[in-house]
Amino acid sequence: MSIRISQIDKRYGRTRALEPIDLDIHDGELIGLLGPSGSGKTTLLRIVAGLEQADGGSIHFGDRDVTRVHVRDRRIGFVFQHYALFRHMSVFDNVAFGLTAMPRATRPSSGEIRSRVMQLLEMVRLQDFAQRFPAQLSGGQQQRVSLARALALKPDVLLLDEPFGALDAKVRQELRRWLRHLHEELHFTSLFVTHDQEEALELSDRVVVMSNGRVEQIATPDTLYRQPANQFVFEFLGDVNRLEGDVEDEVLTCGDARVAVPGVENGRQELLLRPHETRLEEQPDTRAHLPVSVTAVVPVGAEVRLELEADWLGEPWLATIGHAEFERLDLKRGRRLFAKPSRLHRFDTPRPQTLAPLATS
Amino acid sequence: MVRIGDAPRVRRLLIGTALALTTLFLLLPLVAIFAQALMSGIDVYWQNLSNAYTLSAIGLTLLVAAITVPVNLIFGVFLAWLVTRFDFPGRRLLQTLIDIPFAVSPVVAGLVYLLLYGRNGWLGGWLDAHDIQIMFAWPGIVLVTLFVTCPFVARELIPLMQAQGSREEEAAVTLGASGWTIFRRVTLPNIRHALLYGVILTNARAVGEFGAVSVVAGAIRGQTNTLPLQVEQLYQDYNTVGAFTSASLLALLALLTLAAKAALEWRATRRETAT
Repeated sequence: MSIRISQIDKRYGRTRALEPIDLDIHDGELIGLLGPSGSGKTTLLRIVAGLEQADGGSIHFGDRDVTRVHVRDRRIGFVFQHYALFRHMSVFDNVAFGLTAMPRATRPSSGEIRSRVMQLLEMVRLQDFAQRFPAQLSGGQQQRVSLARALALKPDVLLLDEPFGALDAKVRQELRRWLRHLHEELHFTSLFVTHDQEEALELSDRVVVMSNGRVEQIATPDTLYRQPANQFVFEFLGDVNRLEGDVEDEVLTCGDARVAVPGVENGRQELLLRPHETRLEEQPDTRAHLPVSVTAVVPVGAEVRLELEADWLGEPWLATIGHAEFERLDLKRGRRLFAKPSRLHRFDTPRPQTLAPLATS
Repeated sequence: MVRIGDAPRVRRLLIGTALALTTLFLLLPLVAIFAQALMSGIDVYWQNLSNAYTLSAIGLTLLVAAITVPVNLIFGVFLAWLVTRFDFPGRRLLQTLIDIPFAVSPVVAGLVYLLLYGRNGWLGGWLDAHDIQIMFAWPGIVLVTLFVTCPFVARELIPLMQAQGSREEEAAVTLGASGWTIFRRVTLPNIRHALLYGVILTNARAVGEFGAVSVVAGAIRGQTNTLPLQVEQLYQDYNTVGAFTSASLLALLALLTLAAKAALEWRATRRETAT
């Protein structure tokens, strides 16, 4: 079932929690709402669920206008960050709750409920835990119970509020993959909230980046990473290095550092780059003369992370290089080298720009 | 594991002290009540008990408890629900107001009711004109008892419901449950121990309240005497055995309440471990 959010806004007293927001979610899509805390993502999710009332705008599930429909009649499944399982009920009773709470006239027979619940527990691989209580399960297991419970009524849409936020890294990874599979299998329309960019990029068909109650960009993970709409998105989606200086004749100067910036007009400018968008060399060249010294070396898996400092830098740069480079340059703390940015990004122009200072023109 | 005070000698000393103090301060007075009541033999005890004034005091005390406990049970649950599940202007003020009966001396509470509903009181004239008697009659006793006991249930529930939060109820409503179903199947099971405890405290206080009741009851023998008032009056009359007979009834009621609580808790834990 598709979801159409139009002009939804929300205030808490004088603070504006959501600017009017528009969002179209296609049938069967998995959408991630990504943003820092206080960006309004959870508020938006709770408004879609009906747990919170919007001040204006409308929400449609398919052709059904649900703006004024009570939560209990919206046919949603909701998964809470801290699971919100009924602590005094067994796993079985938790999953069965939605079915047993139906009015007598429409309620399935207890045999049907039993087989439906067992089928759901099998799906979340917890069939052996039916008689346990929530307190006797691990966090990951509890979250799976909560998912089974949310899916028991075959909801039109599934909403998840930071579903893996309270779990440790490895379990989170596992559950993510598992949710992705489940989604591919069952094709429910789904909206989830996260502040973890990796999670959003890995799970979502499309990501909605939010900040300060506004939508900054809606795009596929791929586009988002490669063509961020603005500086906020660029900075939120990964580590960022900053280069600030005065440009004259397409050369940016900052203390004893300088680099060619083709096409950039004169004046004070700020340019940004990702840690993997710089190389390190022993000698400067005519296009880039950016002396740095290595202050930290951290090998992480397939790459080596470096921290670089220099007089001309406000805050240190991060750089990631391959192990081959690492050995070639004989890297250790205190080594003096020259940075050579392969790409630089600008966001103060009407459209974001990417420069390639080292490309031979 | 090393625990402080785990040495056998220290442990024996601690346990011994605890037992001695419990006996001295809790058990002994309880035994003394029954010993005094039965001092002149079971026949005298029975005579004192079946005395018309005592019987009327028992009836009145039970009536007061039978009205107070359910009313304050419902009131307390509503209040706790309101304060912990909704945000509205004046919520904090309301939370403070709940404590007034605890903060005010019961005698003062009695006087205030006298001032309001007594013959010369603010509402007294109107009540008198319509031939409704509240003061120096059972409705007055019920009213002040309601006042004195109204915080118990709410006070037990509010901290617990605040700590539990409303997530489980939200989960239930997303699963299509109606308000009543949510209360019955989600909220109530989570608060039942605190609720039970609140009811027991309410009942104990309703049965045992002296100060506020003595102001508004007027101490009319056989009409407006509750058991605590009866105990006091008999004692003033130098009828020690009679006073202790009524006191033994109050003690018995207390023991019964505690037994009921223990039984309910035992049943609840047994049911939980059975599933």
